[in-house]
Amino acid sequence: MTTKPNAEHLEPAVYVYEAPLRLWHWINALSVTVLALTGWFIASPLPTMPGEAIDNYLMGYIRFAHFAAAYIFAVGFLFRIYWAFVGNHHARQIFLPSIFNKEWWCGVLHELKWYLFLTKEPRKYLGHNPMATLAMHLMLVWGTVFLIITGFALYGEGTGMGSWQYTLFSSWVIPLFGQSQDVHTWHHLGMWYIVIFAIIHIYVAIREDIMSRQSMISTMISGWRMFKDVRDTEDKR
Amino acid sequence: MIETFYDVMRRQGITRRSFLKYCSLTAAAMGLGPSFAPKIAYAMETKPRIPVLWLHGLECTCCSESFIRSAHPLAKDVILSMISLDYDSLIMAAAGHQAESIIDEIIEKYKGNYILACEGNPGLDQDKTGGMSCIVGGKPFTDQLLRVAKDAKAIISWGSCASWGCVQAAKPNPTGATPIHKVPGIGNAPIIKVPGCPPIAEVMTGVVTYMLTFDRLPTLDRQGRPLMFYSQRIHDKCYRRSHFDAGQFVEKFDDEAARKGYCLYKMGCKGPTTYNACSTIRWNGGLSFPIQAGHPCIGCSEDGFWDKGSFYDRMTSIDHFGIEANADQVGIAATAAVGVGVAAHAAASAVKRAQQKGDQEQ
Repeated sequence: MTTKPNAEHLEPAVYVYEAPLRLWHWINALSVTVLALTGWFIASPLPTMPGEAIDNYLMGYIRFAHFAAAYIFAVGFLFRIYWAFVGNHHARQIFLPSIFNKEWWCGVLHELKWYLFLTKEPRKYLGHNPMATLAMHLMLVWGTVFLIITGFALYGEGTGMGSWQYTLFSSWVIPLFGQSQDVHTWHHLGMWYIVIFAIIHIYVAIREDIMSRQSMISTMISGWRMFKDVRDTEDKR
Repeated sequence: MIETFYDVMRRQGITRRSFLKYCSLTAAAMGLGPSFAPKIAYAMETKPRIPVLWLHGLECTCCSESFIRSAHPLAKDVILSMISLDYDSLIMAAAGHQAESIIDEIIEKYKGNYILACEGNPGLDQDKTGGMSCIVGGKPFTDQLLRVAKDAKAIISWGSCASWGCVQAAKPNPTGATPIHKVPGIGNAPIIKVPGCPPIAEVMTGVVTYMLTFDRLPTLDRQGRPLMFYSQRIHDKCYRRSHFDAGQFVEKFDDEAARKGYCLYKMGCKGPTTYNACSTIRWNGGLSFPIQAGHPCIGCSEDGFWDKGSFYDRMTSIDHFGIEANADQVGIAATAAVGVGVAAHAAASAVKRAQQKGDQEQ
C-alpha cells in the first residue's frame, strides 16, 4: 500500500480511491440527481404549456434528459463493475461484503453502537467500514441494478418490440411484475430507495468527516485517505 | 363435404367483389401487406371451415356484443354465421339438450380439430361461498370448459375475463374466478389471449380469420397475445401524443385544455401502460375510442386493471402495504422519516461532541 508521510499533520495518508473510481462517483451522483428530478416530473408533469403543441416540447426534453442520464448511469455502472476487476482492492469492496466473516459482522455491530452513541470511539478503516459496505451493497449496488433493469424495461416499451431494450428487458420484466403499470410503480419506489440512500450517505459522510478517525469527503476528491491518529487500522492490508 | 368460407359467403348473397374487399381489409388490419390479400382469398375459397365452440363462463357478454358490431359487415356475417352454426349459447337458436348435444357431436366428429373460443372464466372456489354459480345445462361451467378444452386444437381466451380474470377476479375474488390459462387440467392446447373489456371487434374477427385461413396461430408475445394487435401501447399511436410531448395536459375534466383535446395523462390515462390497438383501429367502425371521446384510457386490456387503484390517478396505489398509497406517498413518507432521523441524529451527535469537548477541557 502506498503511504506517504503528511508533513503538516504528521499522519500517514493512503491512496484509496483511484481517479476513474472518483470520476465515476461524481458522474454517478450527478446522473442520479438528474434522474430523480426528471423522473419526478415524468410521473407528475409540470403545469400545461401555453401555445400550440408544435411550439412546445417540454415533456420531450424532460424525458430526453431522463433517458440520456439513464444511459450515463447504466454505462457508468457497467464501468464500475469493470473497475471492480481491474482497480485496487478497495474498488471491489461494495460488491463483495464479507458476509461470511464473523469478525466483519462484529465490525457492523460496533459501527451500529457507534451510531447509537453506545461506544466512545469508532474503529478506523482504510476503506469503507463494514456498515457502510453493507449499506452501499444493499442500497446502492442492488438499488442501481433494480433501477437499471426496470428502467430499461420501461424504455423498451417506447423503443418497441424488436428493439434490444425490449428483447433484453421489457419482454421478461413486464410479465414478471404483472403489467407495465406495476413496473412504473416499482421503478418509482426504487427512486425513493436511492434518494433515501443519498440522504443517509451524504449525512454520514459529513458526520464521519468530522467525528471519525479518518477523512471522508476529501478522500473522494483527492483519493487520499488521511487519518487523525497514528494507530493501526482494522482493515490494514 | 364441408363448405368453404367462400361457399358460405356466396350462399349469404355476398358478391365476389365484396369478398375480395373483405380480404384486403383483413390483410391490412393484420398488418400483412397487400400481397397477402389474394392469399387470404385463396385460403377462404379452398379451405374447409373449422368448427368453433364458443363457451360462456363468468362474464358480461360484452365480448359477444363487441363481436357482432364488427365494423365491416362482412366480418360479422361471415365469421359469426359460420361459428354460430356450431355452438354459442348466447346467440344460437337451439336451446336445452339439443344445444348441449352439439358440443358432444363436435368433440366426437372433429376431435383435436376444432377451436374453443372461451368468453369469461370459471369460478373455481364454489365451496368458499357455499353456493353454486355459472351452471350450464345443469353442470358447472368448469366441467364443460375442461371437457371442450381437452380435445381442442387451440383455445381463444376472449376478453380480459378469460385472459386475466377481469372484474370477477378482482379482490377479493369471492368465486375464485380464474383465467383460462391458469385453470388446472386445461390441457395442452395453445391459448391465444385476446384481452380487452371488451376486445375490439376487428381484433376479434382478425384473430379468427387469421387462424381459420392460415391454419396456424398468429404470432404471440410472451404473454400469449397476438403481436399484430397487441405489440404497441395506446400511447405509441395516440393522436394526442403531440400534446404529451409538448407538456400540454388536461388538469380536470371540462377545463380549457380538455376542450382543446390535450393529453389526458394527468387525468390518469393508462395509455402509456396499455397494449391494445384502440388508438389505431378505434371502435364502432373507426368512429372513436375512449381518449378521442375525452376520457382517459382505463387500461382494460391489462392484467388486473381493476386492482391498480383509481382509474383517474396517474400514479396508482400499492396495496402491498395494507394501506392505500401510491409510490410517491410511500416514498415521501419514508424519506421524511429518514430526514427527521438524520436531523435528530445530527443534533445528538453535535451534543455529544460538545460534551466530549467539555470533558476534555475539564
